[in-house]
Amino acid sequence: MDSNEPMLLLSSRIGQIGDLGLDLLWRFLHIVVSLFHIVSGIFEAIQSYAISLGLIQKYSSVDIEKLRCLAVVLDIEVARDVAKVVELLQWLKTIGVKQVGLFDSQGLLKKSKDMILEMVPGSTLLQETGEKDISPDRKEGIAIEFISSSDNKEAVVKAANILLKRHLKTSHPEKDEGNNVFTESHLNEALRVVGENVHVPDLMLVYGPVRSHLGFPAWRLRYTEIVHMGSLKYMRYGSLLKAIHKFTGVRQNYGV
Amino acid sequence: MCRRENNDLSGNDVVQSFITGSGSFPTFASLNSQLRILVLSLLPSTISDPKNLGTVLHFIYLSSGEGMGGGIRQLLEQVHRLSRRSLFRVLSMGPLPTHLAFIMDGNRRYAKKRGLEDGSGHKAGFSALMSMLQYCYELGIKYVTVYAFSIDNFRRKPEEVQSLMDLMLEKIKSLLDKESIVHEYGIRVYFIGNLGLLNDQVRAAAEEVMKATAKNSRVVLLVCVAYNSTDEIVQAVKRSCVEKADRDVERIQLVDIEENMQMSVAPEPDILIRSSGETRLSNFLLWQTGNSQLFSPDALWPEIGLRHLVWAILNFQRSHSYLEKKKKQL
Repeated sequence: MDSNEPMLLLSSRIGQIGDLGLDLLWRFLHIVVSLFHIVSGIFEAIQSYAISLGLIQKYSSVDIEKLRCLAVVLDIEVARDVAKVVELLQWLKTIGVKQVGLFDSQGLLKKSKDMILEMVPGSTLLQETGEKDISPDRKEGIAIEFISSSDNKEAVVKAANILLKRHLKTSHPEKDEGNNVFTESHLNEALRVVGENVHVPDLMLVYGPVRSHLGFPAWRLRYTEIVHMGSLKYMRYGSLLKAIHKFTGVRQNYGV
Repeated sequence: MCRRENNDLSGNDVVQSFITGSGSFPTFASLNSQLRILVLSLLPSTISDPKNLGTVLHFIYLSSGEGMGGGIRQLLEQVHRLSRRSLFRVLSMGPLPTHLAFIMDGNRRYAKKRGLEDGSGHKAGFSALMSMLQYCYELGIKYVTVYAFSIDNFRRKPEEVQSLMDLMLEKIKSLLDKESIVHEYGIRVYFIGNLGLLNDQVRAAAEEVMKATAKNSRVVLLVCVAYNSTDEIVQAVKRSCVEKADRDVERIQLVDIEENMQMSVAPEPDILIRSSGETRLSNFLLWQTGNSQLFSPDALWPEIGLRHLVWAILNFQRSHSYLEKKKKQL
């Protein structure tokens, strides 16, 4: 009994020291990671300034025709800063982007829709115009769409209910396996009926702390290139140009 | 790698003859300089248990037919395993992901890059997958999902599709072996996707594996074959509607669709890693990755290694509190 207690105490002390040592090692690892991010951030900033000053030839011209639809995903904290969002939209307009979808999960930007459209000259609200969407009077302007998470899962539920009604209308719903009503194109069409834009963005820029699509409508994300741009507060024109330029060089196989 | 059939030798015998130089065992003097350094560096660890040295020397003896090459390899493997375990011990001081997803992209490019014949990129990819699974399960990650074959991939050349199906059949069947990773880690395997699109043999093998591993509960492997996220959503909608129609209910809710999604057997992924540097999801887990952190290391899938996994986890740990907050908000 007596000899056990100091042994137990010793082993628990050793355990505590061991845990402390591991914890220190863990923190050290994270310091190294943070240092890496700081250094690469500095390099990116320098490159971005060089790009915006036109010093790097490669980025002086961008084949903007390849970018038919751009999506910008904004973290909620970031979406509150409407002035920055407006500035970003003006940059996009300068670069020549014709169609932008602005997404934030809570729909804050939807609420400031009118203010944003007013503050960006030449901007219009994107209407669902079907496949042919380049009209002559839109050549100069930028069409903006406001998306939130209600356009994601809830929209699919609404579309599903439309399909359900169609299925119930068939003469023998219990026997019918539903192959005529439940296909991808049917769901696509039902989403359109519900009022959703089903165009697939070619490129998605994520402004926030983490590279994640934050709940952007899943149905539209299939082949979208997702690029993390960092925080909106410290956004840089050069980085934007670089991301768009890199996108124009991407070649997709679409699985083939 | 052939081994001599003298397994009844005890470690002590080996140590004795190693030191005294009697018998046909290799002696210290006969080892090359690399091995001598290795043996010397392992001496401290043998203080607590002298049998360790015997085991080590036993390895060297057993593989000495290959000129000590095999012995070194095994030693190095043990050293790797030990250092990996220590690294994982350090990593687990922070939050660890519960569910990791992988898009295994770049096998064909790898084969081209190395000048190999067409199918071998996928074979190399399979061994990379086995290593990654081993690391994940050693680290304690409970769910791992891999994108093995997309519905879009059916549009490839028929010979390529057929060879992929043959490889899949071979590998699925190998999961049933006693020595496979499934039994080592007690993995429950699910095959997610439109299995009706696969040929009968592959489908039957997949179903057999799912049945055979149904009782395992330690860790879970979800293999997406003939899978597309949009197809998964449509199938879930279809199943919910048919279910509701049967019960004469006129309204579907989000929970109905979520329940009928094939991936509902696992929680949402915390991390999604796509190899080969491409930044898109290619119709993989679009519904489930709203709160997932996405990584796109430049390495092709057969080149992916422990460092990429560790990097992803370290970055996940940095953003963990942010992602948790986001989950609570929705």
